Amino acid sequence: MEDKKVIEVNGLTKMFGDFTAVSAITFDVKKGEIFGFLGANGAGKTTAMKMLIGISKPTAGEAKVAGYDVASEAEEIKKNIGYMSQKFALYDDLTVKENITFFGGIYGLTRSQIKEKTNELIEELGLQDHKDKLVGSLPLGWKQKISFSVSLLHDPKIVFLDEPTGGVDPITRRQFWEMIYKSADKGTTIFVTTHYMDEAEYCDRVSIMVNGKIEALDSPKKLKELHQADTMNDVFLKLARG
Amino acid sequence: MKRFRGFVIKEFYHIFRDKRSLFILFGMPIAQILLFGFAITNEINNVDIAVLDHSKDATTKEIINKISASSYFTIDQFIEREADIETAFKQGKVKAVLNIEKDFSKKLIAESKAEVLIITDATDPNTANTIYNYVTAILQNYQQGKNKGSNMPYQITPRTRMVYNPELKSVFMFVPGVMTIILMLVSAMMTSISITREKELGTMEILLVSPLKPFQVIVGKVVPYIFLSVINAIIIVVLSIFVFKMPVEGSLFLLGLESVLFIITALALGILISTIAGTQQTAMMISLMGLMLPVILLSGFIFPVASMPYILQLISNIVPAKWFIIIIKGIMLKGVGLQFIWKETLILLGMTVFFIGLSVKKYKIRLE
Repeated sequence: MEDKKVIEVNGLTKMFGDFTAVSAITFDVKKGEIFGFLGANGAGKTTAMKMLIGISKPTAGEAKVAGYDVASEAEEIKKNIGYMSQKFALYDDLTVKENITFFGGIYGLTRSQIKEKTNELIEELGLQDHKDKLVGSLPLGWKQKISFSVSLLHDPKIVFLDEPTGGVDPITRRQFWEMIYKSADKGTTIFVTTHYMDEAEYCDRVSIMVNGKIEALDSPKKLKELHQADTMNDVFLKLARG
Repeated sequence: MKRFRGFVIKEFYHIFRDKRSLFILFGMPIAQILLFGFAITNEINNVDIAVLDHSKDATTKEIINKISASSYFTIDQFIEREADIETAFKQGKVKAVLNIEKDFSKKLIAESKAEVLIITDATDPNTANTIYNYVTAILQNYQQGKNKGSNMPYQITPRTRMVYNPELKSVFMFVPGVMTIILMLVSAMMTSISITREKELGTMEILLVSPLKPFQVIVGKVVPYIFLSVINAIIIVVLSIFVFKMPVEGSLFLLGLESVLFIITALALGILISTIAGTQQTAMMISLMGLMLPVILLSGFIFPVASMPYILQLISNIVPAKWFIIIIKGIMLKGVGLQFIWKETLILLGMTVFFIGLSVKKYKIRLE
């Protein structure tokens, strides 16, 4: 793992009226790192993430993603990141191939690049027999794997995953994490939110958000030592209960 | 541009794979125009007519036989005097009277031309027109048969007189009305539904995170519907002309331009609705209640605006459809040019700019 910082966040804050959703958070993410962004529902994870991917403007503070400022250079950021949302987000009424072509197209890939990527992806996921099927007819686990691969189509520097494994079985989750490891090995930085604490153990470092603030940030091992807990789940419960 | 093209292609996939929207797109316009059309038209089958034959010669007998031999007409009575025409109509059974002028054959030979006056009851304007067209066709057919191999071609001139509603005031109201409804439905409702669908499915978020600019997303969603709406407008006009013999007196080009303007107005409304509505259901409800009802009730399509209570007349001014109906009726029925409808056009244009401005503003707020 290199020490180059690809995400630098400094005092990032988001207010909705009087309500402070994200309160002056500060952290860095290094290149090739798998960074877990944890927190209970409503802790401000999604809001923070939306600021980082350039679709929500910060109220105060600053953040740089892939070297670009989130407030003023959002368009540049968008070209350099991949994103997979917690809502499943491929088009059900397009085939696997058509989805890949479409998303490749909006990221500006050329026709030959798209063709190459499509073949690669279909082979990797073993979808030879299903590439012309409508995505809507595939099982959820497959869809999520395709969705993840699609978010990597344009070789982004960083990929943001917003609760990517919601609603799938443990085996598929395991396979999904293997895919994550593989792309991290290739140098892609992974920024992942989750509320499965066992998944937190797979991350290089995790941050835990409580009420809009980051309460803990370190490797899972060190966090467990620090809080004298056996699992990340216990760490989380200790922090969340304050 | 390439990104944009890919986007538009994807949009067409959505439309063509969704049976429901395909049906709304193309089934509805055809069904509606035919329904409205035939609800107004009586079937042209065995229509009772009367004949006033002033000549009673060989040629007129042949003509009368030809007409009564067709399945369209039944000769209900022969009348002897002009004064009986009105009586025949008043009895209500007869829909048309053929008035054949005196010395028909003689004139045809001497001057190579003679006249048949077709008097129709225009209380049912569509039927009146159809009767006239059919009789004319039969006369022409007869004349062609006669002229074959003749070096002195003669001409039978059918003339028409509509009684009881000579200006055909309410005629063809339905075509401008249906056209307005369809364009509104397809453009506004379908766009708002397709945009909210992306919001509901979460794909909108993905699109906003992509390098596509928000306005590219919106324009990309809208372009296929402009295209399909134009096709719809063409279908409606073609059906009106060929099935219902609706005249287009004015310029087809101007009609096309005005239709595109109205389509854009409706699309802007659709976008505006999608910025307000969070789900497809809501978008559909707002479109139906907020757009379709005013189009049907307040645009002058069914109920004349002039006979509405004053307050409703005022409200009708903010319904874009009202202005569009005035425009297309002017072009199609009266044959007017832009110099007579520039005011209405300007109002539509103003509304369009307003709606687009408002939705851009709303859209920005949502992105914050």
